[in-house]
Amino acid sequence: MSADVKPVDIEPVEEFRLRARRWLRENMPLAGPGYRRGLTTLPDEEELAEVAEERRLQRLLWDGGFAGLCFPTEYGGQGLTQAHADAFNKELAGYRYPFRFQIPTIVPCAAVLLEFGTHEQKLAHIPAILRGDELWMQFLSEPGAGSDLAGSRTSAVRQGDDWVLNGSKIWTTGAWWSDWGLCLARTNWDVPKHRGLSVFMLPIHQPGIEISRIEMLNGSKEFCQEFLTDVVVPDSDRIGAVDDGWTVATRWLFHERSIHSSPLTLRPAVASGGHESYGEGGASLLELAEVAGRLDDPGARELVGEAHVLKAAQRELDRRVQATIAGRKGSDQLVSLSRLMQGVVSTRLTTIGYELAGADAAAWADDDEAVGARGVNYLTRQVACVGGGTTEMARNAIAERVLGMPRELALDRGVPFREVRSGSAGGAAARG
Amino acid sequence: MKLDLTADQELLLDTTRRYLADVVPTAVLRKLRDDPDGYEPGYWSTGAELGWTSLLVAEEHGGGSVSDDGLGDLALVAHEFGRAAAPGPLLTTNVVAGALSRAGGDAVAETLGALCAGESVAAWCWSEPRPKGGFGGIEAVAEPAGGDWVLSGVKSPVEHGAQADLFLVTARSGDGLVQLLVPAASAGVTVTPLKTLDVTRRFARVAFDAVRLPAAAVVGEPGGAAAEVERQLVEALVIQTAEMVGALDKAFELTVAWANDRYSFGRPLASYQALKHRFADMKMWLEASHALADAAAVAARDEPARAGELASVAKAYVGHYGPELCQDCVQLHGGIGLTFEHDLHLYLRRVAVGAALLGTPRDHRLRLADLVERRRDERKAEA
Repeated sequence: MSADVKPVDIEPVEEFRLRARRWLRENMPLAGPGYRRGLTTLPDEEELAEVAEERRLQRLLWDGGFAGLCFPTEYGGQGLTQAHADAFNKELAGYRYPFRFQIPTIVPCAAVLLEFGTHEQKLAHIPAILRGDELWMQFLSEPGAGSDLAGSRTSAVRQGDDWVLNGSKIWTTGAWWSDWGLCLARTNWDVPKHRGLSVFMLPIHQPGIEISRIEMLNGSKEFCQEFLTDVVVPDSDRIGAVDDGWTVATRWLFHERSIHSSPLTLRPAVASGGHESYGEGGASLLELAEVAGRLDDPGARELVGEAHVLKAAQRELDRRVQATIAGRKGSDQLVSLSRLMQGVVSTRLTTIGYELAGADAAAWADDDEAVGARGVNYLTRQVACVGGGTTEMARNAIAERVLGMPRELALDRGVPFREVRSGSAGGAAARG
Repeated sequence: MKLDLTADQELLLDTTRRYLADVVPTAVLRKLRDDPDGYEPGYWSTGAELGWTSLLVAEEHGGGSVSDDGLGDLALVAHEFGRAAAPGPLLTTNVVAGALSRAGGDAVAETLGALCAGESVAAWCWSEPRPKGGFGGIEAVAEPAGGDWVLSGVKSPVEHGAQADLFLVTARSGDGLVQLLVPAASAGVTVTPLKTLDVTRRFARVAFDAVRLPAAAVVGEPGGAAAEVERQLVEALVIQTAEMVGALDKAFELTVAWANDRYSFGRPLASYQALKHRFADMKMWLEASHALADAAAVAARDEPARAGELASVAKAYVGHYGPELCQDCVQLHGGIGLTFEHDLHLYLRRVAVGAALLGTPRDHRLRLADLVERRRDERKAEA
């Protein structure tokens, strides 16, 4: 993965695996039965305690020499390969890990920094991220720009060595407990939309940024909207060239679509060979069928089998896409296949969960939260097809960029952005 | 199909591809629909020279693969068979040849020589009509009688059962399974050709009525064949899914080309978002099918403990989404896609037949649910 280490210098994967196994056993806390990884609807104090614990776990990885397995050593990473990352993920099964650092801090934010940041920018932030000191968020979607991200209207105006930012960003996950934001803004209104954007990084907690938390239909308040008023960003915190932000953003979106397959993130593997980060699967649905008393029902068993098939299909498709891109046998745009698959599989698994739970997921007793959660998950099912860019956008990308079919008609193509029509700000696609 | 091929594998693929294009172009396939065998004898023996029949056979028995991965090589050939909707008893002969070679012994040497040379055809008799135990249930019975064995039962559908000189029959013996090699000409064997959806592939019902066989007909350990039968099933599913994916590949390719060439209302079909989104879904199914068929072949080589799981996963997925993909290809072609003159149905047939044989997607989903439960119980027992 990293170019700064010759393959001969790299620790053999099996030695690394044993070292990782030993280290994890001695240092990492076990996930335990009550452990629920991922975004939940915890009370604020508990949420903050979780964030603090995950910063500690990230620091633990850093101190143990296991942070940033595939990041270059000069920025605090381990300079290892995908095979090492796969081995570590297998060993990580059953342990807690710094979940909140994986998305969006490490991928896509740190991945973008690694690709486009200057040496100084990378030195300033990548080790800090790998140490557990910096959690990052994406300032990407806007109330009026979801799928059409290049239609960003947050403005950045040059003032001497600084830029002054004004506008609003939305669908940032956990901005209220994060440290830095990666921000797409408009630096030129007199050229077509893709040619007038730039990317900046900025501390989230500062006087010019007001954070408002959005309550989702399941009670979660993880998503935020930020209002930027005269926020001053030094030019040294600009990533990529002025007005060339779409080049950065294109790769940013690529990394975002590769979240479930990137070698940069940790994803504890489960016994069946799947990844916990994929959520529901054959094994958990089997447990559910048993709780629901339907283990002998062939219909229920078939749904369990279907879930197992879909999980494996998603995993193997991801592998194929990553291998194709890594071997330069296909375009980066193939990640849209992974993104679409993730949405399609995840929604189907959620539906299967609701179906297997039956009436208990519609009305449940206090001591039956695990089954009731299937009902709540069902209500927010489409998150998987909306967040991180909609599946409709992925379908466009597959048809146009992978299959080479004609592009959709766009009325803003070649038109100075200032002259592009915009409606009243609507709901944009959620982006974690 | 696999992404990284060796030079030898590329050569195997290329010679097979060119041979099929030359000898059985789609115009020839159409003519073969009334041929009782679905192929000419010379077609099969020349294919055998290209390596089609020897990939699962050990070198000592006259076989050998171009890599150390005979099943992987065979999956490449099967993929080309799918892309060409090619005729011939590829799956069934290879499964039997592999089983005989593993069993070894002097008796199989001559048989394998003829199979590898394409001079003789063998068919695996495994599936039974509506078995009581559900998918994979075996009711055919073989019992020792004096120094001989007596076999009774009905097998259907048997791939190329009417073209085969030899049957490898999976039967019940006491509490276990036994496999017997039965010459097609044996007394008590009745072969009834079946009608089928495929243009060139043939199937038959084969009845065994108290067929008397010498003890030498037993392949492997009598009563202990279950593991070998499972292995044969895995190999058959790897070949089958590879071939289905090849057919899907070709059907999709034809349909993308059609969508670019066909104009309605002054613009190509491929410019309509309503259709583009369907093509995106189809491409996703196709690539996932490729990935799973490959994963099944790799697991069969590297991870015997997961081979059955991945073969069932591949079959359940390709068997469900493959026919859907093909039917969508027909829909996107419109009326022309339903004609005999168009090539599309050749691939639809291959995929539809594959989906139904060797376990439907539902059969394999249920098999996987059993596996998930068994693993859970094992974990519980450990804890």
